[in-house]
Amino acid sequence: MLKTPLYNTHISLNAKIAPFGGWLMPIQYEGILAEHAHTRKAVSVFDICHMGEFMLEADPALSGFDRIVTQNIISMPEGSCRYGFMLDEQAGVLDDLVVYRINKTNWMLVVNAATTLGDYAHLKKNLTGEYNLKDISDKTGKLDVQGSESLDVLKDIFGDGLAKLNYYTFSEFTFHDQRCIVSRTGYTGELGYEIYISADYVVKLWKVLLKDVRVKPAGLGSRDTLRLEMGYPLYGQDLDINHTPLAAGLAKFVDLSKDFIGKDALLKEQAGGPKERLICFQADSRRAPRHGFAIFDRNQRVGLVTSGSFSPSLSVGIGMGYVAGNYSIGAQLIVKDAGTEIPVVVTKKPFYRCRTN
Amino acid sequence: MDIPKNIFYTKDHEWARIDGKTAYIGITDYAQSSLGDITFVELPKIGEELKQSKYCATVESVKAASEVYAPLSGKVTSINTQLAAHPELINQSAYEKGYFFSLQISNEAEKANLMDASAYQRYVEGLAK
Repeated sequence: MLKTPLYNTHISLNAKIAPFGGWLMPIQYEGILAEHAHTRKAVSVFDICHMGEFMLEADPALSGFDRIVTQNIISMPEGSCRYGFMLDEQAGVLDDLVVYRINKTNWMLVVNAATTLGDYAHLKKNLTGEYNLKDISDKTGKLDVQGSESLDVLKDIFGDGLAKLNYYTFSEFTFHDQRCIVSRTGYTGELGYEIYISADYVVKLWKVLLKDVRVKPAGLGSRDTLRLEMGYPLYGQDLDINHTPLAAGLAKFVDLSKDFIGKDALLKEQAGGPKERLICFQADSRRAPRHGFAIFDRNQRVGLVTSGSFSPSLSVGIGMGYVAGNYSIGAQLIVKDAGTEIPVVVTKKPFYRCRTN
Repeated sequence: MDIPKNIFYTKDHEWARIDGKTAYIGITDYAQSSLGDITFVELPKIGEELKQSKYCATVESVKAASEVYAPLSGKVTSINTQLAAHPELINQSAYEKGYFFSLQISNEAEKANLMDASAYQRYVEGLAK
């Protein structure tokens, strides 16, 4: 199991630690509900050092980089980020990723922890001509600072220039003479920032952040409930190699006007309609649907829950899952596991609407 | 870890407070702390006959669902209706406001299968090693 540079800090904060994507990560400190609420109403810091980062120097068209990802990267302004996917030839999702355009030919790619090695191999295999690809994950620390007060907190550290960042843009800042990248992005739905900094300085930055009385640490437990309330997918659960972005309802992150790996399969699926669709649903009680529970339409099994939890903001169970067939908003289904039956209603995302983003 | 005297414990971290023929049932401070924030509880129905060590309730935290087993056999005489809307009472007050239900004890001899506070204390300490 891998440990982030902050592992000992989490231990000293009495965090509950559990494996995630090959890493020993903090699941909670004070408690998932308290951390969730604090992120929604104030500001939390999350250790996200486990995620992968690549630096790529390449002409997007000549190197084939543009063919590897589904988002249109050629049209990206410098200093912007864009979400999308890497697909296999069958249009199955190898990973979801955010591409950062540093300048005309320099890019940072932010990928999931468990898929980092596979993503690197996939890029190596498909890039051609002149390019320079570096996996900088080991050297890079990442902290997510999320919540309505995140701008006020981070302005004290990085300066007023931070206020100029629009959603899905980034800029370089300094912390103790260390260059770092700060983007106005996140996985909670709240106003928030993601900070990329040398792994040697991430503990120092964490400590400076926690000296601010407005900031509390939050673990992967609340990160999961926060993202699920927004209907954001988690790779390995809601996205995988067996499902396409079309099935996941994420076609808007796929640019069909360009060529990319998996496009033919995706067009074929689009013509016939996807066999399965990712739906969002809400339970009629506090009982939580869970990953792996079956989804039934009356007495017919139609799908599987991919993510499910109690929603701290709504005080009901919520979830997502793939179902065969077309269920519109308001359709009634049943989520089942041994001895448990949870009536649910198909709902639109986000489950919860943030006030700050 | 809060382990009150004068009540009885199981290896699955349930407790029973015995008052004459009636036993009040809940989960221990150790259990609530291990589970984390409790978000939902399914209780037995009043009148239901429970068997010692068999399923009697479900408790869900944000991360997982767990089964609760009856510390003693008997008929359910009351349930803690507060828990439906406020399952966090189990986290806040595992032995008082967060009790699950009461039952009428059907077999006094089953008490011998339960641990007292000092035995449970040693048991929990053993788990930490």
